[in-house]
Amino acid sequence: MNQTEREASVRRLLDGALPVVPPDMYAQAVRRGGRMLRRRRALLRLLWLLLCAAAVAFAVWAATAHPWVEPPSDTTPPLTGW
Amino acid sequence: MRGREASPGARRDREFEAFVAGAAGRLLHTATLLTAEVPEANPRARRLLALALAQTYAAWDRLRGEDPYDRARQQLAVRFARTAWHTYGRFGTFGRERPDASGALARLTPQERLIVVLLLHEGIAEEQTAALLALSVERVRGIRARAVAVLLHPPRGPAPARMKVAHS
Repeated sequence: MNQTEREASVRRLLDGALPVVPPDMYAQAVRRGGRMLRRRRALLRLLWLLLCAAAVAFAVWAATAHPWVEPPSDTTPPLTGW
Repeated sequence: MRGREASPGARRDREFEAFVAGAAGRLLHTATLLTAEVPEANPRARRLLALALAQTYAAWDRLRGEDPYDRARQQLAVRFARTAWHTYGRFGTFGRERPDASGALARLTPQERLIVVLLLHEGIAEEQTAALLALSVERVRGIRARAVAVLLHPPRGPAPARMKVAHS
């Protein structure tokens, strides 16, 4: 027997009786798949919300603290009256 | 037209129902071959198929022209490959009973079953199967040849003996 014939007989072995699909397979898949979908959407929404909150918090902090302004020096005394 | 705009969810459900009606029988047959159960009693294959179908449903809107049957079959194969390591692995099964295999492919290891089913029953190319299972093409070819040899020339003695020897 060559390779092709051997594999053909294995294929015949695989083509057995078809199992019966349980009637609730569709409903179960929709239920679980829908749950996955909702969970994924909720997670995505939460992440976007976190990102927006972080951006707003940073903007507020930057507007009040002005981190780009050079802080006044406290090692050299101010030069006055000369 | 109006219905489609009104509820994409209902359209998805309708399409998915047609898909399940057409493909579930064949997919369940494939799953039953993978788990090496008999067609009359295949709880593990049903669980496997239910999960693969649920994931196909969740990904339905993002398929973008991809074949849903292909997607479901991939889910089935990858999930079986992942669970087989825990269920049949040779490093013990953490107290659970190793499921007894009695189907047509019971003499093969899970990996051999996976490759025989994907290549010979589903007719996927060797390269694609290798990529899906993260194996090299040579290894897939070798496992295929060995599995065909085992199936056509069964070793002497009862089938489960081989698995028990590997376990101890």
